[in-house]
Amino acid sequence: MFEKLLSIDRRIIFIFVAVALILPLFLNISQYIAISPEVSKIYDGLEELKPGSKVLFAFDYDPPSAPELQPMAEAVLKYCFKNKLKVYIIGLWPQGPMQANLAIEVIRDDPQFADTPPVYDQNYVNLGFMSGNELVIQGMGSSFQSTFPRDYQGTPTADLEMMNGVNNFSNIDYIFNLSAGYPGTVEWVLFAVDRFHATLGAGNTAVQAPQIYPYFHAGQLQGLAGGLKGAAELEKLVGFYGKGTKFMLSQSFAHLTVIFFIIIGNIAYFATRGKKKQ
Amino acid sequence: MLNRTGGIVFTTLAIIACCVMSDFVYADNSAVPEDPSFGVPAPPSNVRVEDVPGDAGGAVRVRWNLSPDDVDRNTKFEGYQILRSTQIDNNFEIIGTSPPGQDLFTDNSTTDGVEYYYIVRADAGSMISESPPRGPVKSSQQWFNIGRLNSFIALLILSTAIILYINQAKRGKELYVRKIAGLDAVDEAVGRATEMGRKIFFIPGTQDMNNVQTIAGVTILGRVARLTAQYETPLDVPVSRSMVMVTAREVVKEAYLNIGRPDAYNDDMVHYLTDDQFGYAAGVDGLVVREEPATIFYMGAFYAESLILAETGNSVGAIQIAGTAMPAQLPFFVAACDYTLIGEELFAASAYLSKEPKLLGSLKGQDLGKLIILVAIAIGVILETAGWFDFSRLFTVQ
Amino acid sequence: MRREIPMILTGFVGFVYIIQFFVPHAPFDIMEGLLTDWMLIIFAFAIWLGALNLLKVSLDKIYRKGKDWQYSIVTVFGFLLIAIPGFFFSGGRRFQDPGTAFDYIYQNVYTPLSATMFAMLAFFVASASYRAFRARTKEATMLLLAAFVVMLGRVPVGDMITQWLPEGYRLSQVADWIMNYPNMAGQRAIMIGIGLGIVSTSLRLILGIERSHLGGEE
Repeated sequence: MFEKLLSIDRRIIFIFVAVALILPLFLNISQYIAISPEVSKIYDGLEELKPGSKVLFAFDYDPPSAPELQPMAEAVLKYCFKNKLKVYIIGLWPQGPMQANLAIEVIRDDPQFADTPPVYDQNYVNLGFMSGNELVIQGMGSSFQSTFPRDYQGTPTADLEMMNGVNNFSNIDYIFNLSAGYPGTVEWVLFAVDRFHATLGAGNTAVQAPQIYPYFHAGQLQGLAGGLKGAAELEKLVGFYGKGTKFMLSQSFAHLTVIFFIIIGNIAYFATRGKKKQ
Repeated sequence: MLNRTGGIVFTTLAIIACCVMSDFVYADNSAVPEDPSFGVPAPPSNVRVEDVPGDAGGAVRVRWNLSPDDVDRNTKFEGYQILRSTQIDNNFEIIGTSPPGQDLFTDNSTTDGVEYYYIVRADAGSMISESPPRGPVKSSQQWFNIGRLNSFIALLILSTAIILYINQAKRGKELYVRKIAGLDAVDEAVGRATEMGRKIFFIPGTQDMNNVQTIAGVTILGRVARLTAQYETPLDVPVSRSMVMVTAREVVKEAYLNIGRPDAYNDDMVHYLTDDQFGYAAGVDGLVVREEPATIFYMGAFYAESLILAETGNSVGAIQIAGTAMPAQLPFFVAACDYTLIGEELFAASAYLSKEPKLLGSLKGQDLGKLIILVAIAIGVILETAGWFDFSRLFTVQ
Repeated sequence: MRREIPMILTGFVGFVYIIQFFVPHAPFDIMEGLLTDWMLIIFAFAIWLGALNLLKVSLDKIYRKGKDWQYSIVTVFGFLLIAIPGFFFSGGRRFQDPGTAFDYIYQNVYTPLSATMFAMLAFFVASASYRAFRARTKEATMLLLAAFVVMLGRVPVGDMITQWLPEGYRLSQVADWIMNYPNMAGQRAIMIGIGLGIVSTSLRLILGIERSHLGGEE
């Protein structure tokens, strides 16, 4: 029996994982979410901003990573609109600005934001996507307007009210980068932070986050949220609970399932090893 | 010994003292009541302007001492406005703002050679106060970025070491390279596919030719293609970037020519799927499941698709050799592949496989670089732990 | 000559970029800008090479009725499904504006398909860790334990079961410690090796010692 367990069909594991992921979506169990220091730093950074401060959002991801990063985007955007911060959106990934629009739509429909809804060119602008990866960041260091001559809708950037007095990173108070790979947080650190001394916080996919930790500890990154857990922590901090918190239960169950299988695998391994020795 | 202990004790006491003091200062700040009759804020003092050193021109740095009214709890204080003019007495315009607590602004919009004057204004909503104008200052291009002197020295040392060892190797000095199991297994992996009469897949990462890892991957592809040409094993190279397709074709074609089997080569061995990360993963997975290759190589830069590819390869029972310098993807490859080249081993592969002395020499130079870094880390740990010298400052690059 | 010209170009461009990093003065800053623009233009045009190759290989397969040719029909269909609305059916708007046909396909076909592929990672992580995490040796056992702690510590359930422990010893905190110290030490060591590897490889390319990527030469 143990031999069979050792070479278990992976599809059986897949079924268990699927159940562990889907079932909790229908349950309503509240969970305690501990806040890690790297996420609370992002919140501290935002708290320091006064109404009217300018926050640049870099949406550097596409739909596949949206389950992890979209809740972070929504949480931080909600904080910004509630606290009357000005939001500037760009994307180094072509799909990034579209993800930003989706997040804005969600906030616009939220009754909690009836008094401070997102209004284009009043509290947010979307400058769209620009190809060129890190070179775009470098270009923004000298001029936003020449790097993004037109916004997402094709309006000349110079005609936007909110772009008045916004020339480069020195006019931006905080940058929040949402990243799923290249170009992403590493490039923002290397160019916006190291070269132009901007303040940067970042949200990353769980797969990528371990690679970004060193930048946080070296002080180049002001704060870092990793994966769905990071999203849930951000939601707790800003006080707007969303999908990050909701999906946390699925993630808990999935982790437990994986651990369960690892234990089974090890039991089978030791049981068969004993037999072989005999 | 006593001295060192004394040093550590002193440093600890100093740190505690600093913490306690800063607490007092903080307590002092918090004691400032929010003044309802807050009037005109005191202006920032001691404004300094200078051309940004070591840059490409077009920038002037403005620094100042914070206004005494720039206090943590004072919500009326909104920050600083920076004004610029080409005349000392009029035409000043706001060119940017800085949040409270910041004493630095870099004006990146100057024209080289033009004289500018700057004013820093403390802004408390309806109330403002200004520093006197400072200047003139001109921005200019510099011939050397002094902030990168440390990088320059490091580059010189490393390049010299590499070139010296290459020369040594050229003169015929025997160089030792440690065994890399993943690369020793390349022959065996190709041989296995030949015996089974199945295909070999080669995935040169998912990034473009401007990534050094892709170049390293394509280099290894050249070696693998020579073997497949020799053994007449079918080779399939699905790529996710057009430039990689063009380069990989050239490399494979050349390998088949060198072995004397140009007839066995055709352009479609290297074919493009899509630039889209997961579209590519889906495409390769489909090919793997349908073709059931005996051997799969993953050599280059990968992101989250790494495990999706490697697990599918594992499920069809292929022997898999991976190599990447993406630290976050290494655990996935280690778990799902038979052999994994970790980081620098990917870059060493070309030298290891060709045994060409010049390439091996460069590895030796690289090792010397590593030794220097190890020594620097050890010295840094001692100096910083004891608090004698801020060693890490030497490694800051502007 | 066929090999010399690319080598000279590589060397020239490499040196310009290195010099520009240290010397911000003209003409190097201008040259860097120019070379970067060229690179972007070449990359942008290269996309056509790929797209045309995809169509050629797929159509060829359908025409010859090669092995698994049916899949190629799906590929060609998918290609045209997203390209044609993007080019021709935007109704005077920009192709990616909300409400266009392209946007509809993006939201309802591309997004769920991509997300599905990424989501498969969860399943593959489970099957890979089932195979990989066995307490075969002392080192493997340590790896296994670290994986347990991090996996539990990254979800609320970890803290729920260790709430009785003193502050600093709860699973999420131990997981953070593992990520921040042992993990980071390893990551940094690998990154230093990688950095040196990149410098050495780049130097070999610039000096023309490494030339196998240009079509090999023993």
